[in-house]
Amino acid sequence: MFSFCSDPSVLDGLAWLSCYLTTGTHMLFYASFGVVLLLLAITAPIALLFGYGGAMASRSRIAPVRWFGKIYTSMVRGVPDIVFFLFVPIALDQGLEWLRHQALCDSDAPVRQGNDFVVCASAKLPLSTSPEWVHDIYAMTLAVIAFSVVFGAFAANVLYGAMQAVPRAQLETAEAYGMTPRQVTRRILVPQMWTYALPGLSNLWMILIKATPLLFLLGIEDIVYWARELGGAKTSSFAYPHPDWRLYYFLAVLVFYLLMTWVSERVLDRVIHRLSAGQATMAGEAQRKAGVV
Amino acid sequence: MKKLLLAATALALTAGMGMTQTVRMGTEGAYPPYNFINEAGEVAGFERELGDELCRRAELECTWVKNDWDSIIPNLVSSNYDTIMAAMSINDERKAVIAFTQDYLPPAPSSYVALQDGVDLEGGVIAVQTGTVQASHIAETGATMLEFPNIDQVFAAVRNGEADAGFGDHEVMRPFVEDSNDLVFVGEQVNLDEGIGVGVRQSDTELREKLDAAITAMKEDGSLNELIKKHFGDDAQTYE
Repeated sequence: MFSFCSDPSVLDGLAWLSCYLTTGTHMLFYASFGVVLLLLAITAPIALLFGYGGAMASRSRIAPVRWFGKIYTSMVRGVPDIVFFLFVPIALDQGLEWLRHQALCDSDAPVRQGNDFVVCASAKLPLSTSPEWVHDIYAMTLAVIAFSVVFGAFAANVLYGAMQAVPRAQLETAEAYGMTPRQVTRRILVPQMWTYALPGLSNLWMILIKATPLLFLLGIEDIVYWARELGGAKTSSFAYPHPDWRLYYFLAVLVFYLLMTWVSERVLDRVIHRLSAGQATMAGEAQRKAGVV
Repeated sequence: MKKLLLAATALALTAGMGMTQTVRMGTEGAYPPYNFINEAGEVAGFERELGDELCRRAELECTWVKNDWDSIIPNLVSSNYDTIMAAMSINDERKAVIAFTQDYLPPAPSSYVALQDGVDLEGGVIAVQTGTVQASHIAETGATMLEFPNIDQVFAAVRNGEADAGFGDHEVMRPFVEDSNDLVFVGEQVNLDEGIGVGVRQSDTELREKLDAAITAMKEDGSLNELIKKHFGDDAQTYE
């Protein structure tokens, strides 16, 4: 990074530290904060979508759709997150490779050979010849799917509860005006449910933030991976030998997560405040009396 | 349209044939000086250099992949990568699941480290890395075994007193002991393995044969010995 970093062994003090903190691995460490934020930014909306779908399915008047919604929420919520995160990416990966094997390979060799799971070179996902970033994005996509499925199930339950909490009288009034069920849902139910859903969803968001270190389990190099990797004692095989510094690295990660949750709490409080306006809930009533609205 | 499709198919097919095979080399990246992640964020160490040389000789295109030690065999078997070069000792337990090439490093001794001399190695608490030959050895002695996912944490456990001693590959422990002012080697060295080889899938005979031939060639012209001396010092065990 800096010109004086070419021979780290002669440096000391601040110069050493400034070189040390700008090594390639440290740059990857800083970039991994971006990976975590990216995962959150992609997963949260998708999980919400899954949740909305799950909640609507659970309320459906068509029995099989309702069963599907119910089974999805109760099954995923009943399995430990970690088991799910270990299961979904492997199952998806092998499932997709098996499908591609059937379609693309002209050999009829079995996919399972003894201990081995082997598909032909053109059925590999991603291909062995693909550059590293394709592998990274593929792993990340599997992670996003796993996270979305799990958090979608929780979100579905929250949204389902919120939909049930919207006063029945409001919906009946809408029906009395001659609105179709679809219109009732779109115009009355969905706009009103958010105030009931937000406390639960904000809770889920916090849990999602704190669950991101599980990325590490999926082989994605997130901040926890790098904190452990960089913090570990480095011998003279390395250009910057140092003793065990994991304590400081984990402290930095801890501060990052605290900051993330602190900022989220501020933002969510404001959103909840806004959505309570004009609602027949305690918070909305309090606002009305205080003359805020 | 049909012509276009045909042309595209033909192109895809020939492109597929023209490609040299890409081999993904799996390694742990946390076991200096065998393999580690250098400051640039790349896999480095003895096995990186040896692996690249083997690929050059076998005319393979190779890329390196990092994987945690405890899942390194399952992920080879499920074809996430094609070889393991991670200081993996050849033993019967592993041979039941994967295949090995001939050894590229002679059997290496394992050593105990502790904070002072005279710790009880037979009945004390010994820290090891999980899934290693050293772990299987300690399991057979009378000592209480503490397992950790990587070698770093083994040293941390010895330093903070959680374990009386740590047990691991001598060459990996040596730089840690030499760099530190608190750790010492204790007790006798133990010979545990049949040498270190490249792990490949059992169904992947072709790749195993190619790598085997390259290793033989490197043993014969002495370049393997040079590489060993470069990374492990002049006293390191080499091939005759």
